[in-house]
Amino acid sequence: MSVVFERTRGLTDQSTHFCPGCTHGVIIRLIAEVLVDMDLLERTIGVEPVGCTGFCENYFACDIVGAAHGRAVAVATGVKRARPDRFVFSLQGDGDGAAIGLAETISAAARGEKISSIFINNSIYGMTGGQMSPTSWVGQKTATSPYGRDVELNGQPLDLPLLLSQVDGAAYVASVSVESPQEVIAAKQAIHKAFEVQIAGLGYSFVSILSTCPTNWGVTPVEALSWLESKMKPQFHLGELKKPALEGVTGP
Amino acid sequence: MKTLMKGNEAIAEAALQAGCRLFFGYPITPSTEIPEYMAKKMKRVGGTFLQAESEVAAINMVYGAAAAGERVMTATSTPGFSLMQEGVSYIFAAELPVVIVDVMRHGPGLGGLGATQADYFQLTKGGGHGDYHPIVLAPATVMEMVELTYLAFDLADEYRNPVILALEGISGQMMEPVEFMPYRPKALPPKTWAATGIGDKPKVNIVSYVLANEAGELHNLHWAKKIERMRAAEQRYDTYRMDDAEFALVAFGISGRIAESAVDILRAEGIRIGLFRPISLWPFPTDGMRKYSRIRGWLSVELSAGQMVDDVRLTVGSGTPVHFFGRQGGMTPDPEDVAEAFKMALHNELNAGGVR
Amino acid sequence: MKKYLIAGFGGQGVLFIGRILAQAGLEEDKQVTWLPSYGPEMRGGTANCSVIIAAKKIGSPIVSRPDIAVMMNTPSYKKFLPHVVPGGFMFLNSSIIPDTAALPSRADIRILRVPINEMAHEMGKDSVANIIMLGVIQAVTPVVSDAAIQAALAGISTKNHELKELNEKALNIGYQYGVSLG
Repeated sequence: MSVVFERTRGLTDQSTHFCPGCTHGVIIRLIAEVLVDMDLLERTIGVEPVGCTGFCENYFACDIVGAAHGRAVAVATGVKRARPDRFVFSLQGDGDGAAIGLAETISAAARGEKISSIFINNSIYGMTGGQMSPTSWVGQKTATSPYGRDVELNGQPLDLPLLLSQVDGAAYVASVSVESPQEVIAAKQAIHKAFEVQIAGLGYSFVSILSTCPTNWGVTPVEALSWLESKMKPQFHLGELKKPALEGVTGP
Repeated sequence: MKTLMKGNEAIAEAALQAGCRLFFGYPITPSTEIPEYMAKKMKRVGGTFLQAESEVAAINMVYGAAAAGERVMTATSTPGFSLMQEGVSYIFAAELPVVIVDVMRHGPGLGGLGATQADYFQLTKGGGHGDYHPIVLAPATVMEMVELTYLAFDLADEYRNPVILALEGISGQMMEPVEFMPYRPKALPPKTWAATGIGDKPKVNIVSYVLANEAGELHNLHWAKKIERMRAAEQRYDTYRMDDAEFALVAFGISGRIAESAVDILRAEGIRIGLFRPISLWPFPTDGMRKYSRIRGWLSVELSAGQMVDDVRLTVGSGTPVHFFGRQGGMTPDPEDVAEAFKMALHNELNAGGVR
Repeated sequence: MKKYLIAGFGGQGVLFIGRILAQAGLEEDKQVTWLPSYGPEMRGGTANCSVIIAAKKIGSPIVSRPDIAVMMNTPSYKKFLPHVVPGGFMFLNSSIIPDTAALPSRADIRILRVPINEMAHEMGKDSVANIIMLGVIQAVTPVVSDAAIQAALAGISTKNHELKELNEKALNIGYQYGVSLG
């Protein structure tokens, strides 16, 4: 019998802390798999944020540096500038990357920082218990928008990948999701491409991945998957929003 | 050979000599000569100068570069230093060696650019959150800025701790003769703790959070031990005419120089007075100050509303009068003003002692 | 110990005069400090610098009461006139500061008026006015040797040979003028 799936050596044996039905675990695994597939693990330094991806130093088998809330991309900039021959990725949630750290995110993109950012967007502040985030959809009920996100008060959700696709220094910008096997495969391909862009020295690469939060959305894991599709996806531009024109950058 | 150099530029050059290979910063007067010098000269040594989008970003870039094991520095001025406080707390907790220059300007608020030392509390008492201490060094001459910059990088690496050079804007702008002695690094162990990619080493995590309370306390106790080690070993000060002194001025940085001139004025009047000049603001040089138990009265001279005077009082205790004289808002006193303030403040002690 | 205060508009070479004096002190292995005004006040168009040249260690580098004041414009003259120590010197750019009775003056200091702009113009190089003033200062109130001033000027100023010669010439013209003032 042939092995069709096994735990990647890009992850440690530590079980994750993610809530049941949360798709963060899938995304973490995809990143680790790509690091192994591309033979990057030994020379990778990852930067984790504050938020639901904030404990990933226990899961990734590579070196990890933990950043203050919103500053993962700035820290990753420091790491990469200190060690330009290493592979550097950052992880951020929607609060981290699109609210408190928005200046850092856009500035790193503008500089064409040769790092890869994985932006996990679940439209809510998960770690703090389910408050409204910059990407919460209109009408979404959260602990700080108990009557639903109000456009008058809070405006429309921020489409960060679309914004970044307008920035010259961002070489690759993709907006993907993980609610189905097909989408998971596409997400992995996007991560792979983002990493190749960094290896090729083309500039900043950014992959937004829509993710579920059944606990704070107050739905079952299965409902959460359908919410992702029906409520989140219509809010954001999807697909590869910006691809480098150069040859040699292809998916697996 | 001695050359004339601005304090800010001398610090930048000293940092390069000491092996600083990355600089991240955001422009703010009166510290801008430091990033400008780095922008020009960092290429010479194959290093990286990067202008950040804010002081917040700069201090976190510094954090990242230090985590990757390189010698790194940032420089800013008071309001920018305020913005960096969260980062300094994280740097302490992650135990990263980082050198920060605070070229002080007067506040609060946007304030102005004049000479001040009103960052003292923020510098020495932990401007950010949690129980932490950076080592804080206060040079008084351009030559001392070079020496303390060399020292700052060694101390940062030795203790894996933030080290801050604090100087007044006026001192950063001042030119004095300076000579760059060859930098001789202290023998320190390799940075095996740094996140450089696992290669064939065990995996490294550099984080600053501890969620379990029991572990949180253990971490803090570990840091407390380090704080005590630094407190015991890294007190620095200078003295002027203290040998037979009955009275003393205490002042650091530019105030130290003004006070030194005031000592000469008062000595010429027959008053036996000296100057105690803290060089390390944290750890405050309590051990050195306590050696002068015969001093019958102290005057703390500061460019603030009176901050260091608290540490002087804590050090000498309640048995000896400790007074304060200061100017604020960018003003500096003349040595004559300090001499007069001394005679006013310690009028009774002066007469009682009959020292004239 | 001699304390200088040099003040004027930005662009008059005020800081440069101070630089040369400080460098000249260094040439003679004296203790020196040079302290400029800085920040927005400079963007506002005024500039001043304090220089101290001393045989022993300098305490405060701040010059509130100069022995030698060099005033390149009227606001600076008015501002700093009261601060010069009795018996001190004040050099004025008389091309800009009018000699009217309306201006305050002092009898206990020596005030020397030098039309440096006209003198520089006559030389065919307006920008050396500050070097002419430096020559006058050196002739009247020498704190370091002439050789030290010349070495400092040659060392710091332009690498352009032609300008270098002009600087030397301007220094000399100023010096001769200073000698003539007695």
